[in-house]
Amino acid sequence: MSSKESWGSRVGLVLAMAGNAVGLGNFLRFPAQAINNGGGAFIIPYLVCFLLMGLPLLFVEWSMGRFGGQYGDHSTPFILNSMAPKKQKLWKYVGVFGIFTNLAVAAYYCYLESWTLSYVWHSISGSFHGQTREQVGDFFNQYVSLGTSEPVIFWVICLTLNTWILSRGLSGGVERAAKIGMPLLIMFGIFLAVRGVTLAAGESGAVNDGTVGLNFLWTPKFESIWDFKVWLAAAGQIFFTLSVGMGSIQCYASYLRQRDDVALNAMSAGWMNEFVEVCLGAAILIPIGVGYLGIDQVKTMVAGGSGFGLGFQTLPYLFQQWGPVLAAIAGMAWFGLLFFAGITSSLAMGTPIMGFLQDEFGWKRQASAWAFGFAVMVLGLPTVVFYNYGVFGEYDYWAGTVSLVVFAMLEIILFAWIFGMDKGWKEITRGADIRVPEMFKFIIKYVTPVILVGVFLGSLFSAGGIIDTIMNKAIHKQIAAAQAASDMATVDRLNTQLLYVNGSRLLLLSVFAGIAWMVYRAQMKRERTGKA
Amino acid sequence: MNATALILMFLANLLILGVTGYFFWRVLTTAPPDSVDEDEANFPRGG
Repeated sequence: MSSKESWGSRVGLVLAMAGNAVGLGNFLRFPAQAINNGGGAFIIPYLVCFLLMGLPLLFVEWSMGRFGGQYGDHSTPFILNSMAPKKQKLWKYVGVFGIFTNLAVAAYYCYLESWTLSYVWHSISGSFHGQTREQVGDFFNQYVSLGTSEPVIFWVICLTLNTWILSRGLSGGVERAAKIGMPLLIMFGIFLAVRGVTLAAGESGAVNDGTVGLNFLWTPKFESIWDFKVWLAAAGQIFFTLSVGMGSIQCYASYLRQRDDVALNAMSAGWMNEFVEVCLGAAILIPIGVGYLGIDQVKTMVAGGSGFGLGFQTLPYLFQQWGPVLAAIAGMAWFGLLFFAGITSSLAMGTPIMGFLQDEFGWKRQASAWAFGFAVMVLGLPTVVFYNYGVFGEYDYWAGTVSLVVFAMLEIILFAWIFGMDKGWKEITRGADIRVPEMFKFIIKYVTPVILVGVFLGSLFSAGGIIDTIMNKAIHKQIAAAQAASDMATVDRLNTQLLYVNGSRLLLLSVFAGIAWMVYRAQMKRERTGKA
Repeated sequence: MNATALILMFLANLLILGVTGYFFWRVLTTAPPDSVDEDEANFPRGG
């Protein structure tokens, strides 16, 4: 993505940005989080967090990107550098997060994306036809245990597809993919939502109406609003659903012209994500799940805060109750929408890395796209091969959770307190096609940083938080329990897992250090050529 | 569905659908700025 690249159309940009935000979490994580955190009442802290943290961060990231773009910077190290005073040289290293996160998340996310592609294929070809619920569940377990070479094949196909689209550039690749993917995603979503909501008890073996699931999801437990944990969960959901704190929004926005609007675009893309999450995401998984399994089973399956098991291990079986033709269509629609949600996000993860290689090292677009594909393959290989040892989870936790919070917290401090809120506000409102309410100036300067620091401290010190994770407390506890029960096989397995978990952390840490070293080299090059 | 759940779902969906539709409609109907980027390079680097 060189500085000569630009968006082909405004609609394309908004769809690409919305596609960046819309991910698998919209359909799998949101309904599970709502159920676990007060049902319908969850929407109140959720929307408050969207207004106080989500939208402000969108405004900040969009305007940071456009600001950096005017100097030809398309990745966060030098976008942050361009906003900081010249003497404060360390900000570019904070920007390393904006490359590291994209690379490390893409490494496991593309694998996840390849599952959806594979499940589309299996739904259409009727692989699940006639299988019991246990067999469909086992299919997934076999899949991630690499019982066959198929997961690797689909993974490589997925990586190649991502790389090929990225190599076609911003308007010819990413934007076109979003223009195809997003409407299809919404269409598939509407089809499944209508099917879920209109499901009738007794029909094709359903034990409940679809509305029973909706009732279960939306019945408010208003007392939960006073629970801090619910607010933390709402802030977390808003954070991850909008793809803020990653560096990809800044990269997309850096290809805007200086007079282009960011306020309306940010609003439109952000709310479009909310539409997909709340209106569609809440109307598929839970109504269908409760319709066939009942409330208690669904409650157990989403207790961990994710609808992953329900989405991959159970839904393909439930679709089979609708007969072979409708099952194939529903399976294609469900995993198809997850695939489009995934690929529009993974494409956004590629652009900051390509932008960095092109801006700083003069690489051509195609070479940088293939370099991204290769790097994702190398870094992603441990998540594929050692999935059952917790490597996938480690990548998700450190790159896909902790890094986002840290980066967002630091970038908003830079924007509001170092770059300065007055200048920042001018950036947000310059060329704006809507009037941004003045209150956001106050929110961005005071409220959002406080929320982000609160989220960070909460995740640092809470039980099972960052410190506990670093100390591997959960695994050590399991080892102690297994030792007490003289279950040496489990002790051995957990010790092996510990090795892989620590190994993957070291790997991620060395990737971060490697990117920081590249940023240092880029800075040296800039100083030599007088660009610094 | 019980009335509270129904009202809450209806209101949340209506609000989000309405706001999303409004902003997307504005994106579709607002004319783009002039193609000449006059103010480019007129912004000082650094905070």
